Amino acid sequence: MGSIQLKDVRKAFGAVSVINGVNLNIENGEFAVFVGPSGCGKSTLLRLIAGLEDVTSGEVLIDAKDMTNVGPSKRGLAMVFQSYALYPHMSVRNNIAFALKMAGQSADVIDQKVRKAAATLNLSDYLDRKPRQLSGGQRQRVAIGRAIVREPKAFLFDEPLSNLDAALRVQMRVEIGELHEALKTTMIYVTHDQVEAMTMADKIVVLDRGSVAQVGSPLELYNKPNGLFVAGFIGSPTMNLIKGAPAAKRGAETIGIRPEHADISTTAGEWQAKVRLAEHLGSDTFVHAEADGMGQMTLRLEGEAPLTPGQTIYITPRETHLHRFDKDGRRIN
Amino acid sequence: MAMKKSAGERVGITILAWLVGFLIFFPILWTFLTSFKSELDAIAMPPKFLFFNWTLENYAEVQQRSNYLKFAFNSVVLSIGANLIGLLIAVPAAWSMAFAPGKRTKDLLMWMLSTKMMPAVGVLVPIYLLFKNLHLLDSLIGIGLVLMLLNLPLLIWMLYTYFKEIPNDILEAARMDGASLFNEIVYVLTPMAVPGIASTMLLAIILSWNEAFWTLNLTTSNAAPLTAFIASYSAPEGFFWAKLSAASTLAIAPILILGWFSQKQLVRGLTFGAVK
Repeated sequence: MGSIQLKDVRKAFGAVSVINGVNLNIENGEFAVFVGPSGCGKSTLLRLIAGLEDVTSGEVLIDAKDMTNVGPSKRGLAMVFQSYALYPHMSVRNNIAFALKMAGQSADVIDQKVRKAAATLNLSDYLDRKPRQLSGGQRQRVAIGRAIVREPKAFLFDEPLSNLDAALRVQMRVEIGELHEALKTTMIYVTHDQVEAMTMADKIVVLDRGSVAQVGSPLELYNKPNGLFVAGFIGSPTMNLIKGAPAAKRGAETIGIRPEHADISTTAGEWQAKVRLAEHLGSDTFVHAEADGMGQMTLRLEGEAPLTPGQTIYITPRETHLHRFDKDGRRIN
Repeated sequence: MAMKKSAGERVGITILAWLVGFLIFFPILWTFLTSFKSELDAIAMPPKFLFFNWTLENYAEVQQRSNYLKFAFNSVVLSIGANLIGLLIAVPAAWSMAFAPGKRTKDLLMWMLSTKMMPAVGVLVPIYLLFKNLHLLDSLIGIGLVLMLLNLPLLIWMLYTYFKEIPNDILEAARMDGASLFNEIVYVLTPMAVPGIASTMLLAIILSWNEAFWTLNLTTSNAAPLTAFIASYSAPEGFFWAKLSAASTLAIAPILILGWFSQKQLVRGLTFGAVK
């Protein structure tokens, strides 16, 4: 119905290897998110699945059928681009209808499907407008409508919310999540924003320089990162990574503690530190401190914490939430 | 920081601009005025500008002596026909160069441009002989072919730059929507490139209309366009300036009017892509 498998997929542009042997299984109906820093290959991987780029070696299977050499128009997938990629010379109606027209469907069927998709996305009043007459959010909805109407085996999203303002991004995130609930179709979503990844995914694929660093559910990656890369990538603000004596004491090369998993006291604690800056968000307080002999640390406290720069504090990590990593950067369980 | 021009500077630049414009336009203006003079007035010294006996006798004689409409018809058919066919070839060529370039694409583009740098007279003899043997002399098909080939590098180059301006992901979206290559070009690429195609065609038509070298050498009567019409008024006995002016005015009028009404498109076409 919409399962996707990648078998040892590699992609090189000339001598530059961009994807180095990726093996991946995405189940039917899953919401999988590809996340990673810029240049890690997440968009390239998506384009390989879409068929917009050819693999250098390996196989791409959709519903257990080998689609490695099949063109993008025949894979039964739909893509939502970062720049929306709407046809500027066509009305909203025709933008959404284009794929159905290419599939040779009758005018009645097309009309009906377009109306239904427009109603789902609150676009019914805009069907006769051109893309340049729409706002960013409306254009994004048209791009999604164009994808929905094809009833594809899977949706591919390439950083679709990057061009929207913060408030709209949150709203569209929720809408895409609800869409997934309603359609139950496989969705593959590429983003560099790990908040989007954590909130939307059934399964997160963290990519690092063309290879898969870890695959798992959001909470799995959050609670049990398999290495320093994933530990430092997932979670905002970043996990505090500490080497030296505190790590050796716990039998590791590096230990990690998330900003929200440490207690701060003005009187006593394991590590002494001096507050450099306290960021007051209202709901949380981020405390940036210089810990003696351990470098910078960031801590998160709930609510308002009346700490000032220069103040001495004591930090005690909660042992149950401590992560340990060996000299190769791998997790010690 | 931009310097604000004083009123005096602006007036000065405006006058200069008008002067330059007038100077450039002057030959055409003079031709137009001369076409209404008698032959004597046409060669008068000092030259008569506006105050002479205006007469239509030149136009009457030109129309009587030669069939203006036939020449005009040929010009129209050749300019539009040759370039339409050229367009059919240039669109796919420019597509492949813009969206599926190979290692040699840039070299190919340069080579095409280089063929325009060679003086046409260098290949006059071989082409003339070829045409003679193939019975293409003085035929619309023959000269049309040459005009098309002359403009092909220009057509491909201009379309190439327009196509490169089209965002690639719109074409990818069309592919994801199930469009075949043909559908992609017909439903997405061409409509988006229409302003560019229109400007290109306009320029190509103007160039073909004015093309004098090949039209004079390869046509005589049947396929002769307006360039030959004008040339027929320059006789070895001397120039009949007034009649020549009348013939010239008749020959350039259509294209001048076309150019006037499409000047916005033309300017856009020639400067498109120059400013990002």
